[in-house]
Amino acid sequence: MNLILKIVFQRLGLGVLTLIAVSAVIFSAIQMLPGDFASAILGQSATPETVKAFQHQIGLDKPAVQRYWEWIGGVAHGDFGYSFSSAGSLGGGHDRAVSDIIVPRLKNTLILASLAAVVAVPCALLLGILAALYRNSFFDRFVNSFSLAWISFPEFFIAYILMLYLSVKFQFLPSLASVSNDSGIGDYLVKCALPAMTLVLVTLAHMMRMTRTALVNLMSTPYVEMARLKGASRFRLICLHALPNAWAPIANVIALNLAYLVVGVVIVENVFVYPGIGQLMVSAVASRDIPVVQACALIFAATYILLNLTADIIGIVTNPKLLHRR
Amino acid sequence: MRKPVFDEASPLLEVRDLRIEGQSDDSWHEIVKGVSFDLKRGEVLGLIGESGAGKSTIGLASIGYVRPGCRITSGQVRYKGIDLVSAKDRDKRALWGAELAYVAQSAAAAFNPAHRLIEQCQEPAVIHGERGEKKLRDRVIGLFQKLSLPQPEALGERYPHQLSGGQLQRVMTAMAMSCHPGLLIFDEPTTALDVTTQIEVLATIQQIVREFGVAAIYITHDLAVVSQVADRIIVLRYGEVVEEAPTTKMLSAPEAAYTKSLWAVRKLDKQEDLAAKPILHLRDVDAGYGNSIKILDKINLAVPRGRTVAVVGESGSGKSTLARTIMGLQPAFAGTIEFDGMELPLAFKQRSGLLHRRIQMIYQSPDTALNPRRRVRDILSRPLQRHLGLSGEARRQRVAELMSMVELNTRLLDRFPSELSGGEKQRVCIARALAVEPELIICDEVTSALDQIVAEGVLKLLLRLQQQIGITYIFITHDLATVRAISDWIVVMHRGEIVEQGPKSQIMTPPRHAYTELLFSSMPEMDPTWLPRVLRERQSAGIAQNVSAEMSM
Amino acid sequence: MIAEEKVMTISKVEGPAGTRQRRLWRHLKKAPLSAWIGIAIVLAYMAVALLAPWIAPHGETEVVGGQYDPWSDEFLLGTDQLGRDMLSRLIYGARNTISVALMTTSIAFVLGTGLGLLAATVGGWVDQLFSRVVDVIMAIPQLIFALLLLSIFGTSVVNLVLIIAVLDSTRLFRVSRSVALNVTVLDFVEAARLQGEGTIWIMVREILPNILAPIIAEFGMRFCFVFLTIAALSFLGLGIQPPTADWGSMVRENATLINYGDITPLLPAGAIALLTIGVNFIVDWFLHITSGLKE
Repeated sequence: MNLILKIVFQRLGLGVLTLIAVSAVIFSAIQMLPGDFASAILGQSATPETVKAFQHQIGLDKPAVQRYWEWIGGVAHGDFGYSFSSAGSLGGGHDRAVSDIIVPRLKNTLILASLAAVVAVPCALLLGILAALYRNSFFDRFVNSFSLAWISFPEFFIAYILMLYLSVKFQFLPSLASVSNDSGIGDYLVKCALPAMTLVLVTLAHMMRMTRTALVNLMSTPYVEMARLKGASRFRLICLHALPNAWAPIANVIALNLAYLVVGVVIVENVFVYPGIGQLMVSAVASRDIPVVQACALIFAATYILLNLTADIIGIVTNPKLLHRR
Repeated sequence: MRKPVFDEASPLLEVRDLRIEGQSDDSWHEIVKGVSFDLKRGEVLGLIGESGAGKSTIGLASIGYVRPGCRITSGQVRYKGIDLVSAKDRDKRALWGAELAYVAQSAAAAFNPAHRLIEQCQEPAVIHGERGEKKLRDRVIGLFQKLSLPQPEALGERYPHQLSGGQLQRVMTAMAMSCHPGLLIFDEPTTALDVTTQIEVLATIQQIVREFGVAAIYITHDLAVVSQVADRIIVLRYGEVVEEAPTTKMLSAPEAAYTKSLWAVRKLDKQEDLAAKPILHLRDVDAGYGNSIKILDKINLAVPRGRTVAVVGESGSGKSTLARTIMGLQPAFAGTIEFDGMELPLAFKQRSGLLHRRIQMIYQSPDTALNPRRRVRDILSRPLQRHLGLSGEARRQRVAELMSMVELNTRLLDRFPSELSGGEKQRVCIARALAVEPELIICDEVTSALDQIVAEGVLKLLLRLQQQIGITYIFITHDLATVRAISDWIVVMHRGEIVEQGPKSQIMTPPRHAYTELLFSSMPEMDPTWLPRVLRERQSAGIAQNVSAEMSM
Repeated sequence: MIAEEKVMTISKVEGPAGTRQRRLWRHLKKAPLSAWIGIAIVLAYMAVALLAPWIAPHGETEVVGGQYDPWSDEFLLGTDQLGRDMLSRLIYGARNTISVALMTTSIAFVLGTGLGLLAATVGGWVDQLFSRVVDVIMAIPQLIFALLLLSIFGTSVVNLVLIIAVLDSTRLFRVSRSVALNVTVLDFVEAARLQGEGTIWIMVREILPNILAPIIAEFGMRFCFVFLTIAALSFLGLGIQPPTADWGSMVRENATLINYGDITPLLPAGAIALLTIGVNFIVDWFLHITSGLKE
């Protein structure tokens, strides 16, 4: 057991290190800003004084390391600094904290992503297991070719097809997911339906294919053959011999696809004008509102790292060779 | 299932004109071409053949199983009158594990890493509807006891990766026996094991077939091994039966030419000759991995010029590390290596191009030792150009000369390695080593990946080259027949140390060091009485206990 | 063993050397329908991209009609929000979209496989350094990282190509490094070192030819990924900038038509999907034959 704890802690430590490195990379983005950036942000009317004041406000006159510590310290308390979009009103006291902009949108994104995950993960696992069980059958071949084509579709293609048929032609669902804080659960679900469905379709094919591959690999191991030659039924082979060894690959598949979902959110939110952080990030990039972009990037990256870390740790703690040492 | 009509007098297993195809490169090729044989109750049949003979495929088909990528195209396999070829999957499942059991080559891969051994050993009985945890448990522990596995009570609680390969193999035999099957298939059960472990597993298998009177098919490529357990032997080649006879007759008077050539392989014996000055001298050499993991301890060795030194040992003895240390790939931590009167830099990188040329190495597996994307001609030309500066016509001539030295047709020069057979590939490796006119060649298990007849050809070639151009060999091997065939001086290694060394005549005959004795007496001989004799001798000498103790570590 | 038996049969089937073209032809003849569809799609796209100025009825940025004109004899697929011919823009879009993606993938490929190969061959601290940097870059989702960098450097085609190429080269680095590592442990690489061969020779002559198949397949997969990423960025308005005709931006520019039940904006999206399907089908088939040969 000690060994497992040791490996888990090592892995956690590595995760923290990665997170620090990633935050440093995201932070140093501002360092790479071209010189005329301030005037670009402030527009034509910028005077040398306002530019200077702006640079002071975003702290470009302080050493980078000091600013990094201030920034990361703030982040740890949920303070991501102030949005540039209020820079025009320097000293006017209208500074908007990035966290105030992000929090409600983060909530929306999490609702959307979990809604999609709750549907996609079980469906994909089921389809993947079925395809592996009936390997080389018509069902398997069909699902295989179909999913190969499906993963080639851009997210917005799927989104617009759904929108065209489900909302414009047959008017089952609203085409815009304009939820607000006072929307009820029912309203939320109806408005989220199309974007969630798109995300489900986007991740389903990937996840299904990977589940199938993982299981097919396990089913061709000598110990599964041995169990077959003991007279074990197909059900017994899968449940008692393949599955106990499949947690690591399956956890990996799920984590990878949830991570993929995180990225898919950016596009889908923009198609359906859903007020989540994906949409926020894109508009922040367009207006070059760097603090908001940094905050969004950090949140996405942290989620991504956390998901992969979880999969790794599941793989470690379910590994029989580590669980039962010599 | 229909009640089968089965006459006690008729054979337990009848295989008739069995044909099996295997799929490769999207097309089907026949790999078993009409094989027929019978097996009586309580009889043990040995299936021997070289790689590609189809022996494993036939063994599995005898219990009605074909691996994915293979299919039975015609023929019958009748077990107690039931045709397993046409039987439904459900009917076969009722037999598998209960009546028909299988022992695989690699026990480490055939046990599920997620379950305790006892659970896996009880599984056949559980699958076939037996209930009563205590009863099943006792039965398995009883089997462990009978097979004298250490700590039979506690053993089952362990997981597969917690046991050594030899013990796992014996546990797998116990697992196969847990429902007292009528037919057991042993698929190369000792091939992956060291000789001192192999003898224990062989003893277990012999005990099982004698005491339970179970019929068995024993698949192997090793004649000496099969002659210990089989009542009757079938020799296979390219999916066809070459010869079939009772074991004693097969050993004493084989009829088919192919069988005779197989038998002749183990008879090579080089005349020992040690009258030569040393070309390589190792003094107090320590070596290992990284900076701290020491594998070789105080190695002292003198290699006479133009002669062969055989380094013998089991896996983990450090014999391959010794080869790599001499080459400078794993530089020695301490000690000196002297080559032709001058001290060698210990690391390969510090040695001159001339030294690189004078010491060459040939590898165990010719498949990985040749770049699959380069033609034979390029493989041989490159060292000629680099080290000898040959080009144009001179180089072409030298390449042709090298090919004839290793007895290969120059037609093969434009082929890729994948278009050559295993023996041809190894000959190309030898030619590549010879190209730069070396004085010392280190041969690391060069024949162990080859079939016996091919291996013999390679050994003869190496011997002839030594006579013709006086090359010195250091021959790393675990096979006694190879040692006898090629060596003048023998070095026995165990756990990184040389336990004994001396002229061949001295080492090959007792008295000798205890480990040498254990190692050499564990190498199976082509004599059906060998195993009981050795076991008896060991029992009286008390060696067997030592071996068991060592293995349970 | 079955594996050995298979090797035996293969070596018997294969003829003498110099049959590589014939072998390719043999594979082509046996290729599944999906592979043929893939080849046909890719060839058709290539033709359209190369011949764009001759096929397209109107110019790329030429305003020829009214805003959002419907499908008609004159404008087969109608016009866009500025009155440009949709069909012509689709055709020019093939040229722009594919060439940008291809350029990006090529840069990523050279950078990623080159460094991956070097890291695997040299090992030691070089390998450690490259691998750790790649780990950090890959810990940020690619699209997110691209958005961050685009917000810093601004949106232009050059920035887009360079940013995506650098980010994507990390995947190619990983793949080529790991397949190359599988080869470096083989005896023939050590044999070459024992012959005193240098690093460049070992990289180019010994290792590279043996990892070509998997990294070519990876090139195909990366192309699809890059193509979709650029399309996504263009769709978000952060990729290829107007007035250049590009499929991703065309979807965005004409998206409002969806609300009137018009499928025109789906056409450029469909064009992206179809090419990706084609490439994926070819890669899938290629992987199938190369893995089949190794068995």
